[in-house]
Amino acid sequence: MRDPHLPRGACDRRAFLTGAVGGLGLTALGGLAASLHAGDLPATRAVAADAAGGLPGLPHFPAKAKRVIHLFQSGAPSQFETFDYKPELLKLRGKDLPDSVRNGQRLTGMSSGQKSFPVAPSAYGFARAGKSGVWLSELLPHTAGVVDDIAIIRTMYTEAINHDPAITFFQTGSQIAGRPSLGAWVAYALGSENRDLPAFVVLTSNGSGRKNDQPLYDRLWASGFLPGRFQGVKFRNAGDPVLFLNDPAGIDRMLRRDMLDDLGGLNRLRQQAVGDPEIATRTAQYELAFRMQAAVPELTDLGKEPAAVVDSYGPEARTPGTYASNCLLGRRLLERGVRFVQLYHRGWDHHANLPHDIKNQCQDIDQPSAALITDLKQRGMFDDTLIVWGGEFGRTVYSQGELTATNYGRDHHPRCFPLWLAGAGIKAGTVFGETDDFSYNIITPDQKAHVHDLNATILHLLGIDHTRLTYRFQGRDFRLTDVHGEVVKGVLA
Amino acid sequence: MPDARALHRHLSRACRFASGLLAAIAGVMAAPCPACAGEAKVDFNREVRPVLSEYCFACHGPDQEQRKRVKTDLRLDTRAGLAAKLDDIVPVVAGDPAHSAVYQRLCASDLDDRMPPEKTGKRPSAAQVATIKRWIEQGATWEQHWAFVPPARAAAPAVAEVGWPVNDIDRFVLARLEREVLRHAVAATRATLLRRVSLDLTGLPPTPAEVESFAADASPQAYERVVDRLLASPHYGERLAMAWLDGARYADSNGYQADHERAMWRWRDWVIDACNSNMPFDQFTVEQLAGDLLPSATDGQRIATGFNRNHRINTEGGIIPEEWLVETVIDRVDTTGQVWLGLTLGCARCHDHKYDPISQRDFYRLFAYYNRVPEPGMGKEVLAGTPPTMQAPTPEQRTRLATLVAAAVAAQRHAATFASPWQALPISAAKAGKDTRLTKQKDGSVLATKPAEHDTFTVQVTAPAGRLHALRIEALTDPGLPGMGPGTGGDGGFAISAISLAWAGPGGEQAVPITVASLDGVAPASGKEGQASAAWTLAKGGAAHQLVVTPVAPLDLPAGTTLTLTLGFAGKEARRLLGHFRLGFSPSAAFVAPPDQVAAEHELAAAEAARDAYDTALPTVMVMEDMPKPRPTWILQRGQYDKHGDAVEPGTPAAFAPLPPGAPANRLGLARWITDPGNPLTARVAVNRMWERLFGTGLVKSSDNFGAQGDLPSHPELLDWLAIEFVRLKWDMKAMVKIMVMSATYRQASVIDPAQAAADPENRLLAHGPRFRLQAETIRDQALAVAGLLTERVGGPSVRPYQPPGIWDELSNYGNLHNYQHATGPDLYQRSLYTIWKRTTPPPDMVLFDMPSREYCQVRRARTDTPLQALALLNDETFVEAARVLGGLMLGAGGTSSDTRLAYGFRRALARAPSDQELAILRAGFARRLARFRADPAAAQRLVAQGATPADPGQDPVELAAYATVASTILNLDETITKE
Repeated sequence: MRDPHLPRGACDRRAFLTGAVGGLGLTALGGLAASLHAGDLPATRAVAADAAGGLPGLPHFPAKAKRVIHLFQSGAPSQFETFDYKPELLKLRGKDLPDSVRNGQRLTGMSSGQKSFPVAPSAYGFARAGKSGVWLSELLPHTAGVVDDIAIIRTMYTEAINHDPAITFFQTGSQIAGRPSLGAWVAYALGSENRDLPAFVVLTSNGSGRKNDQPLYDRLWASGFLPGRFQGVKFRNAGDPVLFLNDPAGIDRMLRRDMLDDLGGLNRLRQQAVGDPEIATRTAQYELAFRMQAAVPELTDLGKEPAAVVDSYGPEARTPGTYASNCLLGRRLLERGVRFVQLYHRGWDHHANLPHDIKNQCQDIDQPSAALITDLKQRGMFDDTLIVWGGEFGRTVYSQGELTATNYGRDHHPRCFPLWLAGAGIKAGTVFGETDDFSYNIITPDQKAHVHDLNATILHLLGIDHTRLTYRFQGRDFRLTDVHGEVVKGVLA
Repeated sequence: MPDARALHRHLSRACRFASGLLAAIAGVMAAPCPACAGEAKVDFNREVRPVLSEYCFACHGPDQEQRKRVKTDLRLDTRAGLAAKLDDIVPVVAGDPAHSAVYQRLCASDLDDRMPPEKTGKRPSAAQVATIKRWIEQGATWEQHWAFVPPARAAAPAVAEVGWPVNDIDRFVLARLEREVLRHAVAATRATLLRRVSLDLTGLPPTPAEVESFAADASPQAYERVVDRLLASPHYGERLAMAWLDGARYADSNGYQADHERAMWRWRDWVIDACNSNMPFDQFTVEQLAGDLLPSATDGQRIATGFNRNHRINTEGGIIPEEWLVETVIDRVDTTGQVWLGLTLGCARCHDHKYDPISQRDFYRLFAYYNRVPEPGMGKEVLAGTPPTMQAPTPEQRTRLATLVAAAVAAQRHAATFASPWQALPISAAKAGKDTRLTKQKDGSVLATKPAEHDTFTVQVTAPAGRLHALRIEALTDPGLPGMGPGTGGDGGFAISAISLAWAGPGGEQAVPITVASLDGVAPASGKEGQASAAWTLAKGGAAHQLVVTPVAPLDLPAGTTLTLTLGFAGKEARRLLGHFRLGFSPSAAFVAPPDQVAAEHELAAAEAARDAYDTALPTVMVMEDMPKPRPTWILQRGQYDKHGDAVEPGTPAAFAPLPPGAPANRLGLARWITDPGNPLTARVAVNRMWERLFGTGLVKSSDNFGAQGDLPSHPELLDWLAIEFVRLKWDMKAMVKIMVMSATYRQASVIDPAQAAADPENRLLAHGPRFRLQAETIRDQALAVAGLLTERVGGPSVRPYQPPGIWDELSNYGNLHNYQHATGPDLYQRSLYTIWKRTTPPPDMVLFDMPSREYCQVRRARTDTPLQALALLNDETFVEAARVLGGLMLGAGGTSSDTRLAYGFRRALARAPSDQELAILRAGFARRLARFRADPAAAQRLVAQGATPADPGQDPVELAAYATVASTILNLDETITKE
């Protein structure tokens, strides 16, 4: 029986490439040749030899990071119960937030009508962690174990105050829809290291804190005005892992191969008749699709992972679609050459019942995030992989709604919030920036990081000067960082 | 010469427009240079302005703030600026590059002097600098940017091959080809041409009968007859609407966060109808921008204004309304600019435009036109959308409503023929014990809103003079209540758990013993009927009902006594309040109506309920209106909603001509300005877009940007010829499309000659016919049509075709758009422009093929080619079913041999017969797979079971499955998803 993974009449791969795909550019040929047997990818790090795509002249300078995994915490985690220790608040519990602190800053319509703004200290304790002695919440014991590997920015800030605009801003550099997402920019700039997989993959999970909250939007991984092939491919937690990946019932691999051979033959005849080289390109996309059909199931099958590795990500790692499972899947994507893995973990929007919900939510993310660091280290990938953890804004020091002995909520707060970075080029074990006693304002003007600054930094670590990565659309050169952004040097090693 | 006067009028308008610009095409600096005689003359617009725009305008261009920021007064985007002397420096001295600062700075060797500055990373090529030098030497002729000068009609040029052109389009195209020594292609075959023009004009492939009839028609008018037939097809309007909806950012949801559904499909159908009735483009424009402001605006003209309500609307909790109102209005300005003017007005939101003469003030003056709609900044999460809205029944619905109204009037007349013992008993006060809001209505009834659980209504009336035998409670319907009421329960029912009556006597409240009974025979009653402490429940609403409360002994109360009726709501059904009611009394003991009167009243109640229910369910649409007192508009500094600069009034950009005489200072004036024949942009932008649709690329490639940074037209004279022709033909869209598709240029074969393609890889010179991938909707529509599945119904509410399970729910459970269930029956197969569009999660099979997200205006689509598209066409249920059903057609209607069946399927998709080689591949593939399925009939069974349309039980599943695989191959051919 013929190998179903090979096109008919193309047992000799060279014959297939030179004869069957006339008109294809050399680069594309290279890509096809290099990863013809994608299904055989071993579970260890194996990447097609020739990186495909990417812009000439990039990277602009030697890159520290070859790839990124962005662990986005959707809904906006509170800084008070996680990374920004504010012991003074215990004494001020229930007192009104002083006007001098708020200083007329705008509030959302959800709490601007409150008669009072009672200070709500964290319901959870903090302790020093690691050699660096960073104060961390008791909700993050595993993160405490890797705290010497990460750099915490306590002074992120943004202008957006509602979820949709804020998350859109975080992912695309603009509050208004239409700009390419960070991952799409990176895919556009650097291309993929694996021809059989997309350069930019998106994974989503629901939090156990506040279920189904907040919504996500396709635009967060869209390519905007960049060519469509750079948009993020969302891997799904149920059904086909990639949309339309599976052949319909009744069609097996052999049949599919057989049909594609006919398709290639007929397309080739048409190309001879009309002379359009685009026809060969389309045929090549079908071949790539065929290989993806093998590569993706191999990738998403966690069964071949050693039990100890799976266990290290925590008890939920074996449940598909959880944050833990996605962290592990993310690592598998990274080691197969996917350039940018974007996770979204929902459930952080704790306007009410924060003490209860944030505990669950931290449990979702704590062990898997830490395990990811350890796992990447064990595979020698930590030093050239950038890990980003954080949400779209922070939360208020005052309680939204009633403050009781055991309960409170927090509204949106864009003026300061925490985020951590780890891996390639990051100064491990550092804390960058300080906020005031209410975590309301940044008090270190030299140590703060706007969303544009963060994106500039991510690009910088990938060897990209954010001011020089542009795309002309409607006559204007657009950038991810618009006309803003400074690399946050304080977190770089 | 009836046209001469029109032409004169046109030219004088054109001149008026031009005078607003800095004198067009003026060679003011021209000092002829004898030295360069014989050298090719540098074309300023083609060769010089793009260089200045790219390398200089960002700092020395229209943006005043930027000039301040870099501390310069030097301005190179105007004629005056180029000649102005500043500190002994003159940017351009005609004939003298050595003293022209622009040239000197461009080639300065000292990096401190050299422009543009090193840090911009921009550097013109040596050839570009040499061109600037030559331009200065030749006299530095300056011209206004081409697109801001009204089009000029050039005579069609002479061509060598006089036999080829069909119309003037071909003369412009051929002259250029001859100049470049390129050959045009041969004419496309009849089959290819028929498929091409059918897809272009209707978005659907020709039917086998149409193919045969065209092949059989030997008359020279055969092709024109096809074109006329297609232009008259109702699918022509659908095809045009598909193109228009992207720019109009049309969708079925709000587009932010919860992304709730809202109804705008009546606007979409207005577009289809307008295109089908060939509404002139100027009217099409005026009605969409300002139909509501036309004298005695019709419903249609008001529905048309939905164009500017298609934008996204933010409904997220806690937003600051003013911020999002500003975004809404900005979206309208930006959209208007792109759709009609081909300008990137949005660039002037935060600062003056960097390249085009649009100041920030201009931007906010345009903003002011759109800033007077009585709309909230925070949207509503209801199907009707955010105000202002209007009811927009279809003509059929309007007729049906009139019938129901007439029936209610007749029932009313009939009921009025009976004498009624009941007299009105005006309610003097109605109070709720909890938070339910009770509001007295004009007709004396009381409406309950914001229902609170476990409430109690206390209703007071002044007792009538004389005897009171009975009190009547009428439970009435209301469109605001769930299920029309009369209750507040989800189905319109209610559950009164206690009814009591009392009067204010000298010693305080005196309880009145009562009995209750249903009066209309439709048993809204409870087990406690007839008891002193009574209850009354109605399980399901939708119609009015009556209850009579009878004092055990008739009441004779002193005049002016207050009677109090108390209605309690308790127990398990405490949420189901009485939502709308009225009181009456009978002074006579004979209050029980005879049966025919009961029947008449019952009939009346039913007729009114039917009328009201129908009326409430009629479709609505969001529309434009102007407030009586407009909101003030300010220039917003840095584009921020809360940073107010100078106040501004509505107005058009200062660099262009002012409003036409007599145009009002509102949206209608703006619409008149846009459609003024002297406007240099509107007609050009419109014909360029028609061209782009047919040929794949516009004559101006950047069809979304006609500004200084846009592309230059490939055939400027042809573009102007088309624009002028469009105006001359009174903006007749069908006529323009017909001119284009009748041209020999359009009718060329799309066969690519490699040698010629090397010289013109993008075919900008049109040496062959178009060849590009079909757009998303057409790929699906064609598959449905080829398989015979397509529902051809035009218009109607959006429908739900197949979509992989969970697409919506995996990202959001907010709003009402979740738990997607695909339609059954004809809705499953209606054309793709009717597919429900949830902006935050649009249909994946459309987005994969580059359909825009419809979150913002996008007038140009990308055309990509990805492996995910291949997976969709092979494996998406839509295409699997279409292939399987096409396979069934091949087997059932394709003749008796496998060869005829294979050829039949091929012809259905491609309008042509397969070649021998092609048929050989199909035949061999079919045979192999037939053998495979014979060996594994269970696999065949699984394949033929796909999709909602059942397979013909008379067909052999094995054979059908084998044909289905061939059909799938045919539907996946490059040629099938390509327009040739």
